[in-house]
Amino acid sequence: MRDPGGNAEFEALALPLFDSLYNFAHWLAQDRHEAEDLVQETYAKALKGFGSFRPGTNFRAWIFKILRNTFLTSRTGLSSAHTEPLEPGDEDRLLPVSAHTPETLVITQDLGEALQQAIEALPVPFREVLLLADVEEMSYLEISETLSIPIGTVMSRLARARKSARQKLIESGYEQKKGTAARR
Amino acid sequence: MNCETWQAKLDAYADAELPAETMRSMAEHLSGCPVCTAEIVQIMQLKRVTATAGKRYTPAPELRARVRRQIAAKPARGGWQWALGLALAAVVVIGLGLAIVLPSRTAARDRLIAGVVDRHVTALASASPVDVVSSDRHTVKPWFQGKLAFTFNLPELAGSPFTLAGGRMVFVDGEPGAHLIYDVRKHHESVLIFQDRGDFARLLPSSEKEWRSRSFNVETWNRGGLQFFVVSDAAPEDVSALAELLKRAN
Repeated sequence: MRDPGGNAEFEALALPLFDSLYNFAHWLAQDRHEAEDLVQETYAKALKGFGSFRPGTNFRAWIFKILRNTFLTSRTGLSSAHTEPLEPGDEDRLLPVSAHTPETLVITQDLGEALQQAIEALPVPFREVLLLADVEEMSYLEISETLSIPIGTVMSRLARARKSARQKLIESGYEQKKGTAARR
Repeated sequence: MNCETWQAKLDAYADAELPAETMRSMAEHLSGCPVCTAEIVQIMQLKRVTATAGKRYTPAPELRARVRRQIAAKPARGGWQWALGLALAAVVVIGLGLAIVLPSRTAARDRLIAGVVDRHVTALASASPVDVVSSDRHTVKPWFQGKLAFTFNLPELAGSPFTLAGGRMVFVDGEPGAHLIYDVRKHHESVLIFQDRGDFARLLPSSEKEWRSRSFNVETWNRGGLQFFVVSDAAPEDVSALAELLKRAN
């Protein structure tokens, strides 16, 4: 245990992550109030357990892990776990993605909103990997620490999450038509 | 390795998470495989849109205030001791941050320059250094249309010692770019052009524009959202001269 009065040190490490933690919490819970509760609980737990945090290790992975575990034990988290088993190998059933990416995706300015819906529709195990990789820009190692899964699983989930998001976008009309960008 | 094996590695390549050796072989594969190249461009673009679209939810200011109070509600030191503690912690955090960020940024910059030099050397060592063989800029420039999401101008070379040999696609750190090869006297000069998404500007300080890496001269600059590199074993004046022509054209 370090100096239990290390609030300033905790604050300096934890507060800059506030916006990111909230964004991640809201993506997981899909509800503002629940996200707010999650963030508050995360900070309370992290502050309480700060003595067990080993300096020099990854604080971001540590606190994101607390948030994510708090979510998994929440009502929404538990109900998502019922429909979304986290066992590796179950993923094929969980997220069917066609073997071939069908058409070419046209990246346009108004894609953002459609992509948000596509991410929302992803099962939690895929949504969280995609968000940590592409929004938080975590390395595979960091993601594997945060989610307590092997790097191989990070890679396969991430690839499937991206493929599925692309497929959704194509289904909702963002596809290549005769070489021109077109929205159905 | 067949294309399917590469396909399985595309996401990891886009995330720069493959071992250096595999990153290099993948880049070589990409330069000759339009299917994988199209796929990687899609992944990179999707990554970029996700980075923005994923920052969707903003916390309410009251929540921030509540969390701050929550942290402060566990006071351990009083008065000036607390302030001193905070100041010391800040110094430690800033110091650690600098110690970590500065060398890693220098290392990342050196890697980027080394990567650019590698592309120059690899192209020249190849049996077919360019995919579009032409000394006419009006042939070479349109060749990149549909392959790159940006466009650029190539300079008029009349009256200069340079001739255009041709162009090819290039990838550095997963970024697709244009690679042009110019000849000057008995030397070759590579020009690499990428769209700058902020990473280049962050790595390459504007005060330093010329580099020497493994006896190659490298000049780089940023203009109109594009990052240009000129690489050659030719004299620094020849590198600068080509750089000047490009700057005037763009």
